[in-house]
Amino acid sequence: MTEHSDFDQVSGKTTTGHEWDGIKELNTPLPRWWVITFYLTIVWAIGYWIVYPAWPLLWSHTTGVLNYSSRADVAVELANLEKIRGDKMVALGAAPLAEIEKDPALLALARARGKTVFGDNCAPCHGSGGAGAKGYPNLNDDEWLWGGSLDQIMQTIQFGVRSGHPKAHENAMLAFGKDGVLKKDQIVTVANYVRSLSGLSTSPGYNKSAGAKIFADNCAACHGDNAKGNQELGAPDLTDKIWLYGSDEATLIETISNGRAGVMPTWVGRLDPPTIKALAVYVHSLGGGK
Amino acid sequence: MNKPVNPIDLQLEDDGPLYVAQKKVYPQSVSGTFRRIKWGLMAFCLGVYYLLPFVRWNRGLGAPDQAVLVDLPNSRFYFFFIELWPQEVYYFTGLLIVAAITLFLMNSLGGRIWCGYLCPQTVWTDLFYAVERLIEGDRRERMRKNAARGTMKLQRFSELLLKHSIWLMIAWWTGGAWVLYFNDAPTLVKQLVTFQAPMLAYIWIAILTATTYLLAGFMREQVCVYMCPWPRIQAALTDEWALNVTYKYDHGEKRTSLKKANELRALGESVGDCIDCYQCVAVCPTGIDIRDGAQLDCIQCGLCIDACDTVMTKIGRETRLIGYDNDINIHRRQAGKPPIYRIVRPRTVVYFAMIACVGALMLYALLTRTLLDVNVLHDRNPVAVKLSDGSIRNAYTVRLLNKRGFDRVIAIDIDGPVNATVHVVGVDSVTPERPMIILGRDQTTELRVLVTAPAANNPEKSVPVHFRITDIGLGEVASATDNFVTP
Ligand code: SF4
Ligand code: SF4
Repeated sequence: MTEHSDFDQVSGKTTTGHEWDGIKELNTPLPRWWVITFYLTIVWAIGYWIVYPAWPLLWSHTTGVLNYSSRADVAVELANLEKIRGDKMVALGAAPLAEIEKDPALLALARARGKTVFGDNCAPCHGSGGAGAKGYPNLNDDEWLWGGSLDQIMQTIQFGVRSGHPKAHENAMLAFGKDGVLKKDQIVTVANYVRSLSGLSTSPGYNKSAGAKIFADNCAACHGDNAKGNQELGAPDLTDKIWLYGSDEATLIETISNGRAGVMPTWVGRLDPPTIKALAVYVHSLGGGK
Repeated sequence: MNKPVNPIDLQLEDDGPLYVAQKKVYPQSVSGTFRRIKWGLMAFCLGVYYLLPFVRWNRGLGAPDQAVLVDLPNSRFYFFFIELWPQEVYYFTGLLIVAAITLFLMNSLGGRIWCGYLCPQTVWTDLFYAVERLIEGDRRERMRKNAARGTMKLQRFSELLLKHSIWLMIAWWTGGAWVLYFNDAPTLVKQLVTFQAPMLAYIWIAILTATTYLLAGFMREQVCVYMCPWPRIQAALTDEWALNVTYKYDHGEKRTSLKKANELRALGESVGDCIDCYQCVAVCPTGIDIRDGAQLDCIQCGLCIDACDTVMTKIGRETRLIGYDNDINIHRRQAGKPPIYRIVRPRTVVYFAMIACVGALMLYALLTRTLLDVNVLHDRNPVAVKLSDGSIRNAYTVRLLNKRGFDRVIAIDIDGPVNATVHVVGVDSVTPERPMIILGRDQTTELRVLVTAPAANNPEKSVPVHFRITDIGLGEVASATDNFVTP
């Protein structure tokens, strides 16, 4: 190791031959234990290659003698988590629906679980916070097509609306124009009448009593004589400020002419009962629940 | 100070080996001022470390009564009258800043005071040396015994056995004290001896026992020289005024043996005070010769000062041939000027001011710390909801913190849009316009709060809304502000 005969006068040591701005690097040997430790780490690494999966091969990798797999570890962790969660979910499943919101701990659990499940399953239609969109009800407000009590919400989540499930909500808005029940001008008249019910402006020349008559003959059967709607039939209240598809004249004409029949899937069988319960509590607690 | 070396000698003695063997150091016992300071500090530091977990502090029913406790499961930290929550970790940041600057300040005043007197590595190594000396004897004896390694007799064997057992006991007790900071100490001690303690406690004790035994028993000065980053940082922080353990070559040189020095003095020649007795080298725990000047290996423990002072007293010369000093003063004395010591200088003043500032800030934060707190988060999707009667509602996630050791009844008021009402999900209050909840002791609670502005008072645009929470019993109030948004 005497390639560099260069030495440092002051310290009395050889240098490595490296020099920066006139400062030379001394050749200071490491202590023996340090070097041994270094070699040990190399040996350790080799042992590691043998014991654990290490080297990539062309199509796979060396598996190691322990057959260790981080994926299997994750599976175990997940199973553990499921178990911990399971106990709590069992408690949730056992509690009567009406009691959950009165118990802060159960409410917190239901809301937390409900929120995650909502994000995964419901948010694509109803929005991440249940804000809804045109045709997809806002779950934060107090208008409910099929009822906003805890039981009613749970019923809707379980079986859906027009989902094909035998217990699903089934009724649909008729297509008065397409089916030839009402003529074009009648539809315009009743659309204006409906707008007037919630205090919206009407187009000039509209005949109110004609509108009221058409409504009474065709619409009141579902929406009620006073147009307050009927949750049994999923018929919305037409006197309030909330409109699922929009309140402008053109939209109303479209609705009356072609009908509406939004679909909500059935969740029973896809989500387990305690989870559906949590979901119902979550939706109820968004603020619109009755 | 370093004599130029003859290049021929050099290449023979240093041809760049891959490694050097550890040079075993046999520090000799010494007595004197600095040794006494070291004993005192050692007793203090170890005393605090080993006994602190047993100090009790009454915090009332249900709260831990350990004065210093890191309660990891409940994420609380207790320090006498202080109780810190996870969101208050900035106190630790402050503490770390103060500690760092204190280290800088010490360093600019007296060099590596930390290394020489307070560093755990130094304290435990010192303790282990004391045990070693007690059992195997002082420097010469140990060197002799070690040289006669091959002819180990029963007595030597029992000596070594005794030494290592005591070392292991100290190491074990060190690890044991560590875990006591994380659990109720008396309970944990009981659990430990009956093997009921959590596995984690035993693992930590094992780790700390091993590291203490290894670092203080075997690695010793190697830690300071090769492993610790502080000497390198310290070198960049020091300045010419800092006092460091210094061999005052101005009155040490020329050094020669006592006999020779006396002869030369009689002839009227100038000789220094150093009599080349190597006492300073013999006592040095890192095995260096301080007379070679400032060096990285010196931990500034001051033991060489004690050693040399003893020699100087014995031969009737002025003490402090080695002492806390700096090159400026050596040069001044050589030029016949009196030495000067500058403790107050920009660097120390700035460090001191920084410590005072951060300290004052922390104290202020601690004294004005709230024990009731509220945070508000506005719903983002939807930001606002129109209800069937035309009123507008905003929803918020409100988080309440009760840092007191008892349950409290909290009323929630809002101050926002005209005639707005507030409702807490899950709370059917007897006073509907003013929801009340029970907030558990030492706890946080998250609530969903709905604020509704009636149709008649719908705000035109977004208006601020203040959430005020009141402890009904104590009258303590906390508040937070957010916005009420119109769709
Ligand atoms: S040279 Fe002196 S101060 Fe430095 S480590 Fe050795 S004994 Fe301690
Ligand atoms: S102990 Fe004092 S007199 Fe002896 S060698 Fe060291 S500096 Fe010189």
